[in-house]
Amino acid sequence: MARDADDRSDRIHRPAGTRWHLLSVVSMSLLIVFACIIVVLIGSQVAYLVTHRVTPGAFLKILSSRAVLGGIRLSLITSLTTLVLVLIFAIPIGYALSRYRFPGRSVIETLVDVPIVLPPVVIGLALLAFFGTGLGGKVKEGLAGAGWTLTSAIGIVMCQFLVSISYCIRATKASFDAADRRLEKVALSLGCSPWGTFRRVTLPLARSGLLAGGIMAWARAIGVFGPLMVFVGTGPRVQVMPTAMWLELSVGNIEVAFAIALVSLAMAGAALAVVHWLVPGRTWT
Amino acid sequence: MLRLRDVTLRAGRFRLHPVSLTVAAGDYFVLMGPTGSGKSLLVQAVCGLVRIESGSIAIDGKDVTAAEPRFRRVGYVPQTAGLFPHLSVAGNITFGLEVRGTGRRQALRKVAPIVQRLGVGHLMGRSTVNLSGGETQKVALARALACDPKLLMLDEPVSALDEPTRREICPLLNQVQRQFGVATVHVCHSREEAAALADRVGVMSAGRLVQTGSLADLAAHPAEEAVRRLLPKD
Repeated sequence: MARDADDRSDRIHRPAGTRWHLLSVVSMSLLIVFACIIVVLIGSQVAYLVTHRVTPGAFLKILSSRAVLGGIRLSLITSLTTLVLVLIFAIPIGYALSRYRFPGRSVIETLVDVPIVLPPVVIGLALLAFFGTGLGGKVKEGLAGAGWTLTSAIGIVMCQFLVSISYCIRATKASFDAADRRLEKVALSLGCSPWGTFRRVTLPLARSGLLAGGIMAWARAIGVFGPLMVFVGTGPRVQVMPTAMWLELSVGNIEVAFAIALVSLAMAGAALAVVHWLVPGRTWT
Repeated sequence: MLRLRDVTLRAGRFRLHPVSLTVAAGDYFVLMGPTGSGKSLLVQAVCGLVRIESGSIAIDGKDVTAAEPRFRRVGYVPQTAGLFPHLSVAGNITFGLEVRGTGRRQALRKVAPIVQRLGVGHLMGRSTVNLSGGETQKVALARALACDPKLLMLDEPVSALDEPTRREICPLLNQVQRQFGVATVHVCHSREEAAALADRVGVMSAGRLVQTGSLADLAAHPAEEAVRRLLPKD
Protein backbone atom coordinates (compact mmCIF):
# COMPACT_ATOMS: atom_id res chain seq x y z
CA MET A 1 0.00 0.00 0.00
CA ALA A 2 2.76 2.36 1.02
CA ARG A 3 4.72 1.28 -2.07
CA ASP A 4 1.72 2.14 -4.30
CA ALA A 5 1.47 5.56 -2.74
CA ASP A 6 5.17 6.17 -3.38
CA ASP A 7 4.86 5.08 -7.00
CA ARG A 8 1.93 7.42 -7.51
CA SER A 9 3.91 10.22 -5.97
CA ASP A 10 6.81 9.57 -8.39
CA ARG A 11 4.51 9.55 -11.39
CA ILE A 12 3.21 13.05 -10.82
CA HIS A 13 6.68 14.39 -9.90
CA ARG A 14 5.67 15.93 -6.60
CA PRO A 15 8.57 17.19 -4.53
CA ALA A 16 9.27 14.69 -1.75
CA GLY A 17 7.32 15.38 1.41
CA THR A 18 4.63 17.64 -0.11
CA ARG A 19 0.94 16.87 0.27
CA TRP A 20 -2.13 17.68 -1.79
CA HIS A 21 -3.40 21.10 -0.80
CA LEU A 22 -5.96 23.58 -2.13
CA LEU A 23 -3.54 25.25 -4.57
CA SER A 24 -2.40 22.00 -6.15
CA VAL A 25 -5.98 20.68 -6.40
CA VAL A 26 -7.25 23.89 -8.04
CA SER A 27 -4.33 24.31 -10.43
CA MET A 28 -4.27 20.65 -11.49
CA SER A 29 -8.06 20.65 -11.95
CA LEU A 30 -7.93 23.75 -14.16
CA LEU A 31 -5.08 22.23 -16.17
CA ILE A 32 -7.05 19.06 -16.77
CA VAL A 33 -10.22 21.01 -17.65
CA PHE A 34 -8.30 23.12 -20.17
CA ALA A 35 -6.68 20.07 -21.75
CA CYS A 36 -10.17 18.50 -22.01
CA ILE A 37 -11.52 21.64 -23.73
CA ILE A 38 -8.78 21.42 -26.37
CA VAL A 39 -9.41 17.70 -26.92
CA VAL A 40 -13.18 18.29 -27.19
CA LEU A 41 -12.69 21.16 -29.66
CA ILE A 42 -10.46 19.03 -31.88
CA GLY A 43 -12.64 15.96 -31.49
CA SER A 44 -15.82 17.85 -32.31
CA GLN A 45 -14.50 18.64 -35.78
CA VAL A 46 -13.88 14.97 -36.43
CA ALA A 47 -17.25 14.16 -34.88
CA TYR A 48 -18.96 16.68 -37.17
CA LEU A 49 -17.50 15.01 -40.24
CA VAL A 50 -18.45 11.54 -38.93
CA THR A 51 -22.06 12.52 -38.07
CA HIS A 52 -22.45 14.11 -41.51
CA ARG A 53 -21.39 10.81 -43.07
CA VAL A 54 -18.10 12.09 -44.46
CA THR A 55 -16.28 8.79 -44.92
CA PRO A 56 -12.45 8.59 -45.06
CA GLY A 57 -12.78 8.21 -48.85
CA ALA A 58 -14.95 11.32 -49.12
CA PHE A 59 -12.56 13.16 -46.80
CA LEU A 60 -9.61 12.32 -49.06
CA LYS A 61 -11.66 13.35 -52.10
CA ILE A 62 -12.33 16.74 -50.52
CA LEU A 63 -8.65 17.19 -49.75
CA SER A 64 -7.60 16.21 -53.26
CA SER A 65 -9.80 18.80 -54.93
CA ARG A 66 -7.87 21.38 -56.90
CA ALA A 67 -8.93 24.35 -54.73
CA VAL A 68 -8.06 22.67 -51.43
CA LEU A 69 -4.77 21.23 -52.69
CA GLY A 70 -3.88 24.63 -54.16
CA GLY A 71 -4.58 26.27 -50.80
CA ILE A 72 -2.43 23.76 -48.92
CA ARG A 73 0.40 24.10 -51.48
CA LEU A 74 0.37 27.91 -51.41
CA SER A 75 0.24 27.86 -47.60
CA LEU A 76 3.29 25.61 -47.44
CA ILE A 77 5.27 27.57 -50.07
CA THR A 78 4.56 30.98 -48.53
CA SER A 79 4.99 29.88 -44.89
CA LEU A 80 8.30 28.12 -45.60
CA THR A 81 9.55 31.19 -47.52
CA THR A 82 8.47 33.29 -44.54
CA LEU A 83 10.29 30.92 -42.18
CA VAL A 84 13.56 31.39 -44.10
CA LEU A 85 13.16 35.19 -44.10
CA VAL A 86 12.19 35.21 -40.43
CA LEU A 87 15.30 33.22 -39.46
CA ILE A 88 17.55 35.48 -41.58
CA PHE A 89 16.26 38.53 -39.69
CA ALA A 90 15.46 37.10 -36.24
CA ILE A 91 18.81 35.42 -35.51
CA PRO A 92 20.96 38.58 -35.83
CA ILE A 93 18.28 40.74 -34.18
CA GLY A 94 17.90 38.30 -31.27
CA TYR A 95 21.70 38.17 -30.92
CA ALA A 96 21.97 41.98 -30.89
CA LEU A 97 19.24 42.27 -28.24
CA SER A 98 20.88 39.57 -26.15
CA ARG A 99 24.48 40.73 -26.30
CA TYR A 100 24.69 44.47 -26.90
CA ARG A 101 23.82 47.37 -24.62
CA PHE A 102 23.11 50.57 -26.55
CA PRO A 103 21.11 53.77 -26.12
CA GLY A 104 17.43 53.27 -26.92
CA ARG A 105 17.64 49.51 -26.50
CA SER A 106 14.46 49.30 -24.41
CA VAL A 107 12.56 51.38 -27.00
CA ILE A 108 13.73 49.09 -29.79
CA GLU A 109 12.85 46.00 -27.74
CA THR A 110 9.35 47.40 -27.24
CA LEU A 111 9.00 48.10 -30.97
CA VAL A 112 10.10 44.55 -31.77
CA ASP A 113 7.31 43.25 -29.52
CA VAL A 114 4.60 45.44 -31.07
CA PRO A 115 3.44 42.86 -33.67
CA ILE A 116 2.83 40.36 -30.83
CA VAL A 117 0.32 42.63 -29.09
CA LEU A 118 -1.27 44.19 -32.20
CA PRO A 119 -4.48 42.65 -33.52
CA PRO A 120 -3.19 40.91 -36.70
CA VAL A 121 -5.70 42.73 -38.89
CA VAL A 122 -3.98 46.02 -37.98
CA ILE A 123 -0.85 44.73 -39.72
CA GLY A 124 -2.88 44.27 -42.90
CA LEU A 125 -4.27 47.78 -42.55
CA ALA A 126 -0.78 49.18 -41.95
CA LEU A 127 0.51 47.46 -45.10
CA LEU A 128 -2.43 48.86 -47.07
CA ALA A 129 -1.65 52.34 -45.79
CA PHE A 130 2.11 52.02 -46.44
CA PHE A 131 1.76 50.81 -50.04
CA GLY A 132 -1.01 53.29 -50.72
CA THR A 133 1.11 56.39 -50.17
CA GLY A 134 4.60 57.87 -50.46
CA LEU A 135 7.59 55.56 -50.59
CA GLY A 136 5.44 52.43 -50.33
CA GLY A 137 3.37 53.62 -53.30
CA LYS A 138 6.54 54.01 -55.36
CA VAL A 139 7.71 50.54 -54.38
CA LYS A 140 4.33 49.17 -55.42
CA GLU A 141 4.60 50.95 -58.78
CA GLY A 142 8.14 49.63 -59.21
CA LEU A 143 6.99 46.09 -58.53
CA ALA A 144 4.09 46.54 -60.93
CA GLY A 145 6.57 47.75 -63.59
CA ALA A 146 8.49 44.49 -63.14
CA GLY A 147 5.27 42.53 -63.55
CA TRP A 148 4.80 41.79 -59.85
CA THR A 149 1.78 42.56 -57.76
CA LEU A 150 1.30 42.66 -54.01
CA THR A 151 -1.95 40.70 -54.25
CA SER A 152 0.08 37.55 -54.77
CA ALA A 153 2.40 35.26 -52.80
CA ILE A 154 4.57 38.35 -52.19
CA GLY A 155 1.79 40.03 -50.21
CA ILE A 156 1.03 36.80 -48.34
CA VAL A 157 4.69 36.45 -47.31
CA MET A 158 4.77 40.10 -46.18
CA CYS A 159 1.75 39.55 -43.91
CA GLN A 160 3.06 36.25 -42.55
CA PHE A 161 6.51 37.76 -41.96
CA LEU A 162 5.23 40.75 -39.99
CA VAL A 163 2.84 38.65 -37.90
CA SER A 164 5.36 35.95 -37.00
CA ILE A 165 8.83 37.50 -36.75
CA SER A 166 8.46 38.96 -33.25
CA TYR A 167 7.80 35.49 -31.81
CA CYS A 168 10.99 34.21 -33.39
CA ILE A 169 13.02 37.20 -32.19
CA ARG A 170 11.80 36.58 -28.62
CA ALA A 171 12.78 32.91 -28.86
CA THR A 172 16.21 33.60 -30.41
CA LYS A 173 16.99 36.25 -27.81
CA ALA A 174 16.09 33.82 -25.02
CA SER A 175 18.30 31.15 -26.62
CA PHE A 176 21.28 33.49 -26.89
CA ASP A 177 20.68 34.67 -23.30
CA ALA A 178 20.91 31.05 -22.19
CA ALA A 179 24.09 30.26 -24.17
CA ASP A 180 27.08 30.27 -21.78
CA ARG A 181 29.28 33.27 -22.60
CA ARG A 182 32.26 31.70 -20.85
CA LEU A 183 32.36 29.17 -23.66
CA GLU A 184 32.55 32.02 -26.17
CA LYS A 185 35.52 33.42 -24.26
CA VAL A 186 37.22 30.04 -24.38
CA ALA A 187 36.61 29.84 -28.12
CA LEU A 188 38.14 33.30 -28.60
CA SER A 189 41.20 32.28 -26.59
CA LEU A 190 41.55 29.13 -28.72
CA GLY A 191 41.90 31.16 -31.89
CA CYS A 192 38.35 31.83 -33.10
CA SER A 193 37.42 35.18 -34.59
CA PRO A 194 34.21 36.75 -33.22
CA TRP A 195 32.35 35.47 -36.31
CA GLY A 196 33.94 32.02 -35.94
CA THR A 197 32.90 31.95 -32.28
CA PHE A 198 29.33 32.81 -33.25
CA ARG A 199 29.24 30.11 -35.94
CA ARG A 200 31.11 27.35 -34.11
CA VAL A 201 29.97 27.88 -30.51
CA THR A 202 27.10 30.34 -29.99
CA LEU A 203 24.82 29.05 -32.76
CA PRO A 204 25.23 25.36 -31.84
CA LEU A 205 24.62 26.18 -28.17
CA ALA A 206 21.44 28.09 -29.05
CA ARG A 207 20.37 25.68 -31.80
CA SER A 208 17.42 24.02 -30.06
CA GLY A 209 15.87 27.34 -29.06
CA LEU A 210 16.45 28.83 -32.51
CA LEU A 211 14.77 25.91 -34.25
CA ALA A 212 11.91 25.93 -31.76
CA GLY A 213 11.47 29.68 -32.34
CA GLY A 214 11.52 29.14 -36.11
CA ILE A 215 8.89 26.44 -35.89
CA MET A 216 6.66 28.56 -33.67
CA ALA A 217 7.01 31.42 -36.17
CA TRP A 218 6.17 29.06 -39.04
CA ALA A 219 3.08 27.78 -37.19
CA ARG A 220 2.02 31.40 -36.60
CA ALA A 221 2.65 32.28 -40.26
CA ILE A 222 0.64 29.41 -41.69
CA GLY A 223 -2.37 30.47 -39.61
CA VAL A 224 -2.40 34.16 -40.64
CA PHE A 225 -5.87 35.23 -41.73
CA GLY A 226 -6.91 38.79 -40.83
CA PRO A 227 -4.06 40.67 -42.56
CA LEU A 228 -4.51 38.56 -45.70
CA MET A 229 -8.21 39.43 -45.89
CA VAL A 230 -7.33 43.13 -45.69
CA PHE A 231 -4.13 43.31 -47.76
CA VAL A 232 -4.20 40.44 -50.25
CA GLY A 233 -7.85 39.47 -50.57
CA THR A 234 -9.37 36.08 -51.30
CA GLY A 235 -8.88 35.69 -55.05
CA PRO A 236 -8.33 32.15 -56.36
CA ARG A 237 -4.59 32.78 -56.87
CA VAL A 238 -4.02 33.87 -53.27
CA GLN A 239 -6.04 31.31 -51.36
CA VAL A 240 -4.12 29.84 -48.46
CA MET A 241 -5.63 27.44 -45.93
CA PRO A 242 -7.16 30.02 -43.56
CA THR A 243 -8.76 32.04 -46.37
CA ALA A 244 -9.89 28.86 -48.16
CA MET A 245 -11.56 27.69 -44.92
CA TRP A 246 -13.36 30.99 -44.55
CA LEU A 247 -14.51 31.02 -48.20
CA GLU A 248 -15.83 27.45 -47.99
CA LEU A 249 -17.70 28.31 -44.77
CA SER A 250 -19.19 31.42 -46.35
CA VAL A 251 -20.70 29.39 -49.20
CA GLY A 252 -21.97 26.63 -46.88
CA ASN A 253 -19.34 23.96 -47.63
CA ILE A 254 -18.85 23.24 -43.96
CA GLU A 255 -17.40 19.74 -44.50
CA VAL A 256 -14.70 21.17 -46.79
CA ALA A 257 -13.86 23.86 -44.22
CA PHE A 258 -13.56 21.21 -41.49
CA ALA A 259 -11.40 19.01 -43.70
CA ILE A 260 -8.96 21.91 -44.26
CA ALA A 261 -9.10 22.69 -40.54
CA LEU A 262 -8.07 19.12 -39.72
CA VAL A 263 -5.09 19.40 -42.07
CA SER A 264 -4.11 22.66 -40.28
CA LEU A 265 -4.45 20.89 -36.95
CA ALA A 266 -2.26 18.02 -38.09
CA MET A 267 0.43 20.47 -39.25
CA ALA A 268 0.26 22.47 -36.01
CA GLY A 269 0.42 19.25 -34.00
CA ALA A 270 3.49 18.10 -35.92
CA ALA A 271 5.13 21.50 -35.37
CA LEU A 272 4.44 21.37 -31.62
CA ALA A 273 5.78 17.83 -31.44
CA VAL A 274 9.03 18.99 -33.04
CA VAL A 275 9.22 21.94 -30.62
CA HIS A 276 8.75 19.60 -27.65
CA TRP A 277 11.41 17.31 -29.04
CA LEU A 278 13.88 20.15 -29.60
CA VAL A 279 13.52 22.20 -26.44
CA PRO A 280 15.86 20.77 -23.77
CA GLY A 281 14.14 19.50 -20.67
CA ARG A 282 10.78 18.99 -22.34
CA THR A 283 9.54 15.45 -22.30
CA TRP A 284 6.24 13.70 -22.95
CA THR A 285 6.01 12.27 -19.42
CA MET B 1 57.53 35.60 -21.07
CA LEU B 2 54.65 37.62 -19.57
CA ARG B 3 55.17 41.24 -18.68
CA LEU B 4 52.40 43.45 -17.34
CA ARG B 5 53.14 47.11 -16.86
CA ASP B 6 50.72 49.29 -14.87
CA VAL B 7 47.66 47.45 -16.15
CA THR B 8 44.37 48.96 -14.97
CA LEU B 9 40.78 48.18 -15.86
CA ARG B 10 37.23 48.75 -14.71
CA ALA B 11 34.40 46.25 -14.60
CA GLY B 12 31.23 47.81 -13.25
CA ARG B 13 32.15 49.22 -9.82
CA PHE B 14 35.28 47.09 -9.55
CA ARG B 15 38.59 48.73 -10.33
CA LEU B 16 41.89 46.97 -10.95
CA HIS B 17 44.65 49.28 -9.73
CA PRO B 18 47.93 49.43 -11.66
CA VAL B 19 49.33 45.90 -11.79
CA SER B 20 52.91 45.21 -12.86
CA LEU B 21 54.11 41.64 -13.03
CA THR B 22 56.70 39.54 -14.82
CA VAL B 23 56.48 35.77 -15.26
CA ALA B 24 59.62 34.20 -16.73
CA ALA B 25 59.63 31.47 -19.38
CA GLY B 26 58.93 28.09 -17.82
CA ASP B 27 57.81 29.64 -14.51
CA TYR B 28 54.78 28.37 -12.60
CA PHE B 29 53.25 31.48 -11.04
CA VAL B 30 50.38 31.05 -8.59
CA LEU B 31 48.06 34.01 -8.12
CA MET B 32 46.20 33.97 -4.81
CA GLY B 33 43.68 36.24 -3.15
CA PRO B 34 40.22 36.33 -1.67
CA THR B 35 37.09 36.17 -3.85
CA GLY B 36 36.49 39.47 -5.63
CA SER B 37 40.12 40.61 -5.45
CA GLY B 38 40.42 40.75 -9.26
CA LYS B 39 42.37 37.55 -10.03
CA SER B 40 40.01 36.26 -12.72
CA LEU B 41 39.72 39.71 -14.31
CA LEU B 42 43.50 39.95 -14.53
CA VAL B 43 43.65 36.50 -16.13
CA GLN B 44 41.00 37.50 -18.66
CA ALA B 45 42.83 40.75 -19.38
CA VAL B 46 45.99 38.81 -20.22
CA CYS B 47 43.92 36.56 -22.51
CA GLY B 48 42.44 39.65 -24.20
CA LEU B 49 38.92 38.78 -23.09
CA VAL B 50 38.39 42.05 -21.21
CA ARG B 51 39.67 45.40 -22.35
CA ILE B 52 42.23 47.13 -20.16
CA GLU B 53 42.00 50.83 -19.40
CA SER B 54 45.70 51.61 -19.39
CA GLY B 55 49.10 49.95 -19.20
CA SER B 56 50.64 47.32 -21.45
CA ILE B 57 50.75 43.55 -21.80
CA ALA B 58 53.66 41.78 -23.50
CA ILE B 59 53.87 38.05 -24.18
CA ASP B 60 57.09 36.47 -25.42
CA GLY B 61 58.55 39.94 -25.96
CA LYS B 62 55.69 41.15 -28.15
CA ASP B 63 53.30 43.88 -27.08
CA VAL B 64 49.81 42.35 -27.32
CA THR B 65 47.94 45.10 -25.46
CA ALA B 66 45.69 45.79 -28.44
CA ALA B 67 45.80 42.30 -29.98
CA GLU B 68 42.69 40.13 -30.31
CA PRO B 69 42.67 37.01 -28.11
CA ARG B 70 43.31 34.73 -31.09
CA PHE B 71 46.65 36.40 -31.82
CA ARG B 72 48.01 36.17 -28.25
CA ARG B 73 48.76 32.42 -28.12
CA VAL B 74 47.50 32.11 -24.58
CA GLY B 75 45.91 28.84 -23.42
CA TYR B 76 42.98 29.61 -21.11
CA VAL B 77 41.25 27.19 -18.76
CA PRO B 78 38.35 28.78 -16.84
CA GLN B 79 37.16 27.54 -13.47
CA THR B 80 34.33 25.52 -14.99
CA ALA B 81 36.71 24.10 -17.65
CA GLY B 82 34.37 25.47 -20.34
CA LEU B 83 34.16 22.34 -22.48
CA PHE B 84 31.88 22.71 -25.49
CA PRO B 85 28.88 20.45 -24.83
CA HIS B 86 28.02 20.12 -28.53
CA LEU B 87 31.43 18.63 -29.36
CA SER B 88 32.98 15.32 -28.39
CA VAL B 89 36.14 15.17 -26.28
CA ALA B 90 38.18 14.85 -29.49
CA GLY B 91 36.30 17.79 -31.02
CA ASN B 92 37.09 19.88 -27.96
CA ILE B 93 40.78 19.03 -27.91
CA THR B 94 41.31 19.65 -31.63
CA PHE B 95 39.08 22.76 -31.66
CA GLY B 96 41.91 25.29 -31.57
CA LEU B 97 43.82 23.57 -34.36
CA GLU B 98 40.72 23.14 -36.52
CA VAL B 99 39.75 26.82 -36.30
CA ARG B 100 43.24 27.61 -37.57
CA GLY B 101 42.62 25.45 -40.62
CA THR B 102 44.14 22.11 -39.62
CA GLY B 103 42.08 19.13 -40.75
CA ARG B 104 40.60 16.81 -38.11
CA ARG B 105 42.94 13.87 -38.90
CA GLN B 106 46.09 15.98 -38.85
CA ALA B 107 44.87 17.72 -35.69
CA LEU B 108 44.34 14.36 -33.99
CA ARG B 109 47.89 13.33 -34.93
CA LYS B 110 49.25 16.61 -33.53
CA VAL B 111 47.45 16.34 -30.20
CA ALA B 112 48.30 12.64 -29.71
CA PRO B 113 51.34 13.27 -27.43
CA ILE B 114 49.33 15.67 -25.23
CA VAL B 115 46.37 13.30 -25.11
CA GLN B 116 48.67 10.46 -24.15
CA ARG B 117 50.48 12.53 -21.51
CA LEU B 118 47.22 13.56 -19.86
CA GLY B 119 45.76 10.06 -20.12
CA VAL B 120 42.55 11.03 -21.89
CA GLY B 121 42.97 8.85 -24.99
CA HIS B 122 40.17 6.50 -23.93
CA LEU B 123 37.76 9.48 -23.70
CA MET B 124 38.30 10.82 -27.22
CA GLY B 125 35.07 9.46 -28.73
CA ARG B 126 32.92 10.37 -25.76
CA SER B 127 30.57 13.27 -25.17
CA THR B 128 31.81 15.84 -22.66
CA VAL B 129 28.55 15.79 -20.75
CA ASN B 130 29.16 12.79 -18.49
CA LEU B 131 32.86 13.24 -17.75
CA SER B 132 34.00 13.30 -14.12
CA GLY B 133 35.46 16.50 -12.66
CA GLY B 134 39.03 15.24 -13.05
CA GLU B 135 38.47 14.07 -16.63
CA THR B 136 36.86 17.41 -17.49
CA GLN B 137 39.87 19.36 -16.23
CA LYS B 138 42.31 17.06 -18.06
CA VAL B 139 40.41 17.53 -21.33
CA ALA B 140 40.32 21.31 -20.82
CA LEU B 141 44.06 21.32 -20.18
CA ALA B 142 44.72 19.16 -23.25
CA ARG B 143 42.62 21.56 -25.34
CA ALA B 144 44.56 24.57 -24.07
CA LEU B 145 47.94 22.88 -24.68
CA ALA B 146 46.95 21.63 -28.15
CA CYS B 147 47.38 25.09 -29.67
CA ASP B 148 51.03 25.22 -28.54
CA PRO B 149 50.50 28.30 -26.32
CA LYS B 150 53.31 30.53 -25.14
CA LEU B 151 51.49 31.07 -21.87
CA LEU B 152 48.92 29.07 -19.92
CA MET B 153 46.31 30.86 -17.80
CA LEU B 154 44.51 28.50 -15.40
CA ASP B 155 41.66 30.14 -13.50
CA GLU B 156 41.03 27.98 -10.44
CA PRO B 157 41.34 24.78 -12.44
CA VAL B 158 40.99 22.43 -9.44
CA SER B 159 38.83 24.47 -7.06
CA ALA B 160 35.65 22.61 -7.95
CA LEU B 161 37.23 19.17 -7.58
CA ASP B 162 37.02 16.86 -4.59
CA GLU B 163 40.16 16.34 -2.50
CA PRO B 164 41.30 12.99 -3.97
CA THR B 165 40.89 14.29 -7.54
CA ARG B 166 42.71 17.48 -6.61
CA ARG B 167 45.59 15.41 -5.25
CA GLU B 168 45.68 13.57 -8.57
CA ILE B 169 45.47 16.66 -10.81
CA CYS B 170 47.96 18.95 -9.04
CA PRO B 171 51.05 16.77 -9.62
CA LEU B 172 49.86 16.20 -13.18
CA LEU B 173 49.66 19.96 -13.75
CA ASN B 174 53.19 20.29 -12.44
CA GLN B 175 54.59 17.48 -14.61
CA VAL B 176 52.81 18.64 -17.74
CA GLN B 177 53.96 22.21 -17.22
CA ARG B 178 57.57 21.07 -16.80
CA GLN B 179 57.37 18.73 -19.80
CA PHE B 180 55.92 21.31 -22.17
CA GLY B 181 57.91 24.15 -20.62
CA VAL B 182 55.08 26.63 -20.93
CA ALA B 183 54.95 29.60 -18.54
CA THR B 184 51.85 29.24 -16.38
CA VAL B 185 49.71 31.54 -14.28
CA HIS B 186 47.47 29.55 -11.95
CA VAL B 187 44.74 31.19 -9.86
CA CYS B 188 43.82 29.51 -6.58
CA HIS B 189 42.76 30.08 -2.96
CA SER B 190 44.58 27.17 -1.40
CA ARG B 191 47.96 27.41 0.26
CA GLU B 192 48.48 23.65 -0.21
CA GLU B 193 47.84 24.00 -3.93
CA ALA B 194 50.32 26.87 -4.14
CA ALA B 195 52.90 24.91 -2.14
CA ALA B 196 52.55 21.94 -4.49
CA LEU B 197 52.85 23.94 -7.71
CA ALA B 198 54.34 27.40 -7.41
CA ASP B 199 57.77 28.65 -8.33
CA ARG B 200 56.50 32.08 -7.32
CA VAL B 201 53.34 33.38 -5.73
CA GLY B 202 51.45 36.66 -6.06
CA VAL B 203 48.74 37.85 -3.69
CA MET B 204 45.92 40.12 -4.81
CA SER B 205 43.60 42.08 -2.57
CA ALA B 206 40.88 44.59 -3.49
CA GLY B 207 42.11 45.01 -7.06
CA ARG B 208 45.81 45.37 -6.18
CA LEU B 209 48.70 42.97 -6.57
CA VAL B 210 50.10 43.49 -3.09
CA GLN B 211 53.12 41.18 -3.01
CA THR B 212 55.01 38.63 -5.12
CA GLY B 213 57.79 36.19 -4.21
CA SER B 214 58.32 32.64 -3.08
CA LEU B 215 55.64 31.14 -0.88
CA ALA B 216 58.09 30.86 2.02
CA ASP B 217 59.10 34.53 1.66
CA LEU B 218 55.51 35.72 1.58
CA ALA B 219 54.57 33.63 4.60
CA ALA B 220 57.64 34.80 6.52
CA HIS B 221 57.49 38.47 5.54
CA PRO B 222 53.93 39.44 4.62
CA ALA B 223 53.79 42.97 3.25
CA GLU B 224 50.18 43.49 4.30
CA GLU B 225 47.45 42.09 6.47
CA ALA B 226 45.81 40.53 3.37
CA VAL B 227 48.91 38.40 2.77
CA ARG B 228 49.16 37.48 6.46
CA ARG B 229 45.53 36.35 6.49
CA LEU B 230 45.98 34.27 3.34
CA LEU B 231 49.31 32.75 4.36
CA PRO B 232 49.34 32.60 8.16
CA LYS B 233 52.52 31.44 9.87
CA ASP B 234 52.20 27.84 10.98
